[in-house]
Amino acid sequence: MKADIAFGQYCEGNSFLHRLDPRWKIIFALMYIVALFLAKNIFAFGLVALSIVLLWALSGIRAGILVKGLRPLLFIIAFTAIINIFWLKGETPLLPENWFFQIYLEGIINAVLIVLRVMVLVTGTSILLTYTTTPIALTDGIEQLLAPLAKIKIPVHEFSMMMTIALRFIPTLIEETDKIMSAQKARGSDFSTGSLTRRAKALIPILVPLFISAFRRAEDLATAMECRCYTGGAGRTRMNILHSTWRDAVMLLILCVFVAGIVLLNIFAPGYRFTM
Amino acid sequence: MKISDFGRKSTIIFNFSFLIFHLGFMGKIELQNITYVYGKGAPYEIKALDDVSLTFEEGKIIGLIGHTGSGKSTLVQLLNGLIKPDSGRVLLDGKDIWAEPKKIRDVRFKVGLVMQYPEYQLFDETVWKDISFGPKNMGMSEDEIKKAVVEAASFAGLKEKHLFKSPFDLSGGQKRRAALAGVMAMGPSVLVLDEPAAGLDPGARRKILGRIKDYQRQSGTTVIIVSHSMEDMAMYCDSVVVMNHGKVTMTGTPAEVFSRSDELISQGLDVPAITKVARALRNEGVDIGLDIYTVNFAAHRLLGEEEDK
Repeated sequence: MKADIAFGQYCEGNSFLHRLDPRWKIIFALMYIVALFLAKNIFAFGLVALSIVLLWALSGIRAGILVKGLRPLLFIIAFTAIINIFWLKGETPLLPENWFFQIYLEGIINAVLIVLRVMVLVTGTSILLTYTTTPIALTDGIEQLLAPLAKIKIPVHEFSMMMTIALRFIPTLIEETDKIMSAQKARGSDFSTGSLTRRAKALIPILVPLFISAFRRAEDLATAMECRCYTGGAGRTRMNILHSTWRDAVMLLILCVFVAGIVLLNIFAPGYRFTM
Repeated sequence: MKISDFGRKSTIIFNFSFLIFHLGFMGKIELQNITYVYGKGAPYEIKALDDVSLTFEEGKIIGLIGHTGSGKSTLVQLLNGLIKPDSGRVLLDGKDIWAEPKKIRDVRFKVGLVMQYPEYQLFDETVWKDISFGPKNMGMSEDEIKKAVVEAASFAGLKEKHLFKSPFDLSGGQKRRAALAGVMAMGPSVLVLDEPAAGLDPGARRKILGRIKDYQRQSGTTVIIVSHSMEDMAMYCDSVVVMNHGKVTMTGTPAEVFSRSDELISQGLDVPAITKVARALRNEGVDIGLDIYTVNFAAHRLLGEEEDK
């Protein structure tokens, strides 16, 4: 159970991307997403495909991990591809006229492009954010980007603290679940056979202890934080102060070129126009 | 069931009901060339158990010692089929437990496992219901369940008034014993306990270990205890198995094992305090032997020597 979640996991490293300022990274990720949705023709998509290779090269992450991260999305990808192939009507039919259904060349191109977009979207943002940024740095970045909202009384610091804590406890709770499951299995619990209601009932002996231990941990954590005089965000200094460096400037430049490239290709490159 | 008639019936049941268990099961577990690897194929691959062969004799209390990461907990989970060995066989009364993977649940009923900090697995409304969870899963009849719960509760030293409380209202030691009863109630022929006394105060510690010993004596169950406490091992175990880096390094009676204190210490373990005293005495010229592991035994030897002179 533990090692199976590749999507959304941090990968240790010291690459160009690892060393970017998390605040900028969040902005970069947003820019990247917008650029992906701007791409309208095959040439622009060529540039998109190129960009993912560049990101991969800059991140120093093994390709195997990226592929593994896509695995949970396999169903969605296949589903969108099939929908696009069969539903989209175009000008170039590929099957004989009298068949009860028809596939068009445009539909296939569209399916390929949309699959490419989904894959690049997930992989690209994962590379920019989760694979190369620790969850703590990420919430730090979000907190500081949203800091202006504190002026209109939105408790930004508290939200980010909650997020940090939640992220911190995911592995702990997974481990705890494993342990409780083993313990109940040792007493003859059976989670994999029987009707749906039986299986749902079999979860009670796991959920009750899990909730109780989560509350216990929360209480312990609250006490520990109070003991260290935690009173919330006001006046709090940071151990790790985020700095923007030349790397962020370079990355910003690259992304601007990328966005501009896609816009220009959209306008000037000939060929098929993507419809979604 | 009302509390009042529970009280009347329970005394009668206590005395002879344990005879119905363990018939036909002996409770001998053998491990043959067991290897178990975590994260197989990954760069962080760890060999938790490396070609381990071991026999746990039936009807005894066997202690399993080893420092953190020596493979004890992995071994314990192999015994009742929570995990499957990568190679090698686990034999319960001569039969491979993985011969029929679909019947692994039956093995779990015969080999009861009490995990570390078992009180965190309590979940039901009352202690009674929680203890009957295992027996219910076994498909026992109502009467059998009643007997099993009453018997297990008495072995675990839980009073009647505790049984109808919420398990979350009990003290730490009582919770631990309630969880223990939950496994005892299944009437296993082997009872495996991972650190049964960890985190308890000395009184609760003695109580729970004493209960386990009594249970073993009366029911004839094979009991396997994992512990860090050398004193507990010395007090309660008939034989001791020492593990280090996924291998079994020593087996024998407590006297045999604790007399090799240098080896134990080099494996990151300790010996009972009294064994250290015996060593110190020998260094000072009073040799009472190095196979000493309980205070009574030491006193006996010391007095015995004086009498000789």
